Amino acid sequence: MSKPSAAGVSDLAPAGGDALNVRGLQVTTGRLRLVSDLSFSLAPGERVGLIGESGSGKSLTALALMGLLPEGLHADGSVRLAGAGFNLIGASERQLSRVRGEQLAMVFQEPMNALNPVMQVGDQVAEVTLLHGHQRDRRSASRAAVEMLARVRLPDPEMTARAYPHQLSGGQRQRVVLAIALANDPAVLLCDEPTTALDVTVQAHMLDLILSGVTERRTALLFITHDLAVVATVCERVLVMYGGRIIEAGSVHDVFTRPRHPYTRGLLNSSDLEASDETGRLRTIPGTVPAAGRFPSGCVFRNRCGRATQQCVQLPRWESAEAERGVATRPDDREGATARGYACWHPLEEPRDD
Amino acid sequence: MSERMDALGGLAPPEPAAAVAHRRDLRLNPSLVIGGILVTLVIGAALLSFVWTPYDPVRIDAANRLAGYSGDHLLGTDKFGRDVFSQMLVGARTTMFVGIVAVGIAAVIGVPVGIFAGMGARWASEIVMRLNDLLLAFPALLMAIMFAAVYGPSTLTAMVAIGIATVPAFARLARSGTLQVMSSEYILAARAAGRRRIAIGVRHAFPNIAGLVIVQSSVAFAIAILAEAALSFLGFGTRPPTPSWGRMLQESQELLHSAPRLALWPGVAIAVAVLGFNLLGDGLRDRFDPRLEVRR
Repeated sequence: MSKPSAAGVSDLAPAGGDALNVRGLQVTTGRLRLVSDLSFSLAPGERVGLIGESGSGKSLTALALMGLLPEGLHADGSVRLAGAGFNLIGASERQLSRVRGEQLAMVFQEPMNALNPVMQVGDQVAEVTLLHGHQRDRRSASRAAVEMLARVRLPDPEMTARAYPHQLSGGQRQRVVLAIALANDPAVLLCDEPTTALDVTVQAHMLDLILSGVTERRTALLFITHDLAVVATVCERVLVMYGGRIIEAGSVHDVFTRPRHPYTRGLLNSSDLEASDETGRLRTIPGTVPAAGRFPSGCVFRNRCGRATQQCVQLPRWESAEAERGVATRPDDREGATARGYACWHPLEEPRDD
Repeated sequence: MSERMDALGGLAPPEPAAAVAHRRDLRLNPSLVIGGILVTLVIGAALLSFVWTPYDPVRIDAANRLAGYSGDHLLGTDKFGRDVFSQMLVGARTTMFVGIVAVGIAAVIGVPVGIFAGMGARWASEIVMRLNDLLLAFPALLMAIMFAAVYGPSTLTAMVAIGIATVPAFARLARSGTLQVMSSEYILAARAAGRRRIAIGVRHAFPNIAGLVIVQSSVAFAIAILAEAALSFLGFGTRPPTPSWGRMLQESQELLHSAPRLALWPGVAIAVAVLGFNLLGDGLRDRFDPRLEVRR
């Protein structure tokens, strides 16, 4: 990993009070490029969804942000976090461990494995508050832990705190994981499909808890999922990812009602359980997601896209309202950060609407 | 809304079924039970020897040489008239002492090194590999004999040599166990919560491989007992007059025809101790091996 670049001092803090600012993030294996030129930002308290099929690089993005990429993968670019005066990419393990769990927390997909099986869950919550000095001693930390467990609405938190993970259900475990993640009031919370492994009935409660948890703390939320309905309930803004790139962005309402990128359209079509194609089957996106790093050059979606032409061999520009005015050309540019945008040569028509 | 939530998210009472299953496992596992009984026997004899023995085990009684079984001398006397039963009890003490110290040395050095190696520390991996080379080059007994040649034969040299020779077994085990633990998601989660490397080793890796270490300790204990007996038999271990089962065997050699019981009882004792610890290890393995573990 490269040392943080000796950039200008002004470059050290995230611009404009963002909770998280990502610019030009890349993840490579050396030969293959898995995530390319990813740029976005989260304002404090903002809730952003990151959606896309499996294999489009969503989880890898989250791990790269945390500095937890598995061995052999390499990240480049700039990740700035409010309250951390350095680039997280290329920071030392020591620097990162001070930030993780403190300003930047993460909820993993699999609640079954995210807790240490031989430690009481209360201790696991208490540990993270002690670790970052939010609680002085063990006793007050375990009191705070019980309180945290109560706040994620675990019944009988005193007893739950003394339980081992195997004595809890999946939903309960995921609440404990959430309690750990929120214990230190992080500036940014990454959720990697936190409800995918849960029962449908439990999902709604979990989403509720995440939502109220981040709202209370003005924590910025990056919510990774492939469930569009979940994004619609939780998030204000959405980033559509495919082939390691953001191919469309905008408010949830705009993107979901008026998608411009054919891939987004495809995603929406396939999650519409009422619509069916000519043969009476649910609609799908033709083809499969290519293997990691084997996406076509140019537009990453062109080998599955019905609208692809010769032009798509070239990487499409980032189109946005601001770009048309000549202001912003990338999704991370300040004016473009919350704005609508997409990367496609042949966007779907904007319906003459409302 | 919140009412419904409580109903759905209600904490199940801490599963009594699991606790029952846990107890039943312990009861139904014969090797654990038999091993436990045999080991308790040996430990009991060792503890008893501290407070009571029928006779002073090293007192020579020329008038009573080679006495047979009797009410006075439960297992008779040896060629110097020493009470065999008393020697057996004190011999158990020697045996336990050797086992505890040897396994202690091996675990205290081997486990931390193995954990660090499993967590990817270069220096620790180097140590594990060099220790393995050492073990391959010098079998444990040969190493103990070399130690005895250099530092003089004694219980202490035997224990230390056996302990050092057992370090690689623990290091290897801890390393492979840690490798497995490190690939699990809760380690990733611990790192995501800001845990440092050493803390992860101590708080997360070690407790999760503790079961494996306990099993290994039990098996290593049996090996250490056997090694001490062999060394004492060969004259490289416990020195006279301290009673030791291995030395009792050696001293009974010349009398094998006239007084076979002198060889029989120490032999039985060694067999019981070794079998006991091996069975205990097997039983514990059944309890701890994650591959055999039914999802509790």
